[in-house]
Amino acid sequence: MKENYSGIWIFAEQRQGVLNPVVFELLSKAQELKSVTDETITAVLLGSGVSGLADELIARGAERVLIAEHEALSVYSARPYQQALTQLVERYKPSILLYGATSQGRDLAPRMMVALQTGLTADAIDLGYDEDGVFFQATPAYGGKILAHIVILEKRPQMATVRPQIFDPLPPDSTRRGEIVTETVEVAGDGDYEVLACAPKPEGTQPIDRAALLVSGGRGIKHETDFAMLDELARLLHGQLASSRPPVDQGWLPHEKQIGQSGTTVKPAYILNVGISGSVQYQVGMQNAACIISINHNPDAPIFGISQYGVVADYRKVVPAIIAEICKRKA
Amino acid sequence: MKILVFIKQVPDTEDVKLDPRTGNLQREGVKSILNPLDANAIECAMQLKARYGATVVAISMGPPQADAVLKKALALGCDESCLLSDRAFGGADTLATSYTLAKAAEKIGDYDLLLFGRHATDGDTAQTGPATAAWLGIPQITLATSLDVRDGWVVCTREIEDRIETVRAKLPTAVTVCDTINEPEYPTPKNIMKALKKPRYVWNAADLGADTRLTGIPGSPSSTKTVFEPPKGNTDTRYFEGSPAEIAVQFVDMLEREHAL
Ligand SMILES: Cc1cc2nc3c(=O)[nH]c(=O)nc-3n(C[C@H](O)[C@H](O)[C@H](O)COP(=O)(O)OP(=O)(O)OC[C@H]3O[C@@H](n4cnc5c(N)ncnc54)[C@H](O)[C@@H]3O)c2cc1C
Repeated sequence: MKENYSGIWIFAEQRQGVLNPVVFELLSKAQELKSVTDETITAVLLGSGVSGLADELIARGAERVLIAEHEALSVYSARPYQQALTQLVERYKPSILLYGATSQGRDLAPRMMVALQTGLTADAIDLGYDEDGVFFQATPAYGGKILAHIVILEKRPQMATVRPQIFDPLPPDSTRRGEIVTETVEVAGDGDYEVLACAPKPEGTQPIDRAALLVSGGRGIKHETDFAMLDELARLLHGQLASSRPPVDQGWLPHEKQIGQSGTTVKPAYILNVGISGSVQYQVGMQNAACIISINHNPDAPIFGISQYGVVADYRKVVPAIIAEICKRKA
Repeated sequence: MKILVFIKQVPDTEDVKLDPRTGNLQREGVKSILNPLDANAIECAMQLKARYGATVVAISMGPPQADAVLKKALALGCDESCLLSDRAFGGADTLATSYTLAKAAEKIGDYDLLLFGRHATDGDTAQTGPATAAWLGIPQITLATSLDVRDGWVVCTREIEDRIETVRAKLPTAVTVCDTINEPEYPTPKNIMKALKKPRYVWNAADLGADTRLTGIPGSPSSTKTVFEPPKGNTDTRYFEGSPAEIAVQFVDMLEREHAL
């Protein structure tokens, strides 16, 4: 019976003892949900030798941290994690269970859906309660052209993977108090799945979703060499180069640089769009940037509709002038 | 080796609109296509078949017209097709869909590898592959960017976040593939002709031995309450005007004011 379920759970994804920042974003959103239903916020931490992370979770908004440690949980793999988390859910019966829509969250959550026989919304970009007091998950469909509100009416817990970089985390506050509970779980190691090797991606650059400033170029960029100019501007501003999809399809930039529905969602403090029209698929990936600045020679480009600052001009004239001006002031 | 490739007919994303009157999805005049990432899954199966030999079965759940994507799969080299079609399957979320697909896999039996596109461009959930693996109790590898089979194990690379993982899973296993894994081929006229002679099955709930409390709407804990178009931007934009040098001065002033410099 759904009445027996209560509490908001956040899956505290960690890798090699480091919490994924999306966990803090979800804890912050959970605080907002709590203001409606007054449910307890629990972070669920699975792993081996990870209990030291509990304080960080409390400082970021968890009221309770449930820790289950096991040798078979030391490196993430879907089936042992599913077994452990299922046992905890069955023991405590939370009404909501949220995961980051990361590679790990999206690997684990569908197996949880089957194990618990409940609903799972994919890649939510918002969560809330509607007029009828029903918990909904807003999720883009059809490449972001349409938003749908999904509800899970009878089954519990109501589960969703939630896209990173949508909600602002709470600043860490070490005066917060919370309960730490250690639970035991029975887990069989998975002999049928094995991580053989793990290497950082070549190039060594910071991923675009961690940059504070992005200079992003699109199909309007005429030559591959012009990306070097955008890269120079990005460096001068201590930021990173990014792009819409066409330059990636063209083979000019690696897929890691692509913003959007089929690329990465970013939420930098500043994004400078150059020669980008602002398709829905691009906008879903960057519309939460705090400050959006766009350069496009077409005054009707949709990107201006979400930009705080705009320049209607040919980038080939304006960008070199901006670079020169910055160098002048830095000198 | 027996490979099952799960494919889906989706509306062409470019055409999707909401009916301004009803607020529902407009279905008329919308082209249906093979989910683009499923073409990568089919190509993956074809490469394995060429390398090691395999029987490849293409499976799709959908209304009778979804047979079009199965025909395409046969023309691309799959050996058999199964259309899972029943009114009782309609309105399924990913839990009910994955149950139905798992029942089909069980009916076919002796499978070694289940292949899925990373996600479908309509619902965009990327949940069906791992959920089907869960119903069958087999391992999964999601987001594969390369795939090979060696000594009863499938070995894949996964490019995730800031790293590249090499993982292996013991057969039978399910793999979801990214679009960077290969370049899908086009059907050749010869293969289109050949496709006409290949076995094509149509199965309903009874054929699958599926429990109809677990399929379609009854088997779907989640439902769509409303759909709408995302709000259009209407930010007040401040434009910088003048010669490039004048624009540059205002622009860099702005960067300084905004503390971006
Ligand atoms: C399922 C699906 C997923 C997709 N996923 C993504 C995704 O993740 N990311 C993504 O970006 N796209 C994605 N797309 C593609 C998307 O629909 C658009 O085609 C794409 O975003 C367009 O990129 P763009 O704005 O760079 O190019 P365009 O739309 O061609 O715009 C180029 C702009 O450059 C301007 N311009 C040209 N020359 C100059 C100049 N000299 N100076 C200044 N401005 C100039 C033009 O006015 C124009 O506005 C997806 C599409 C589908 C169907």
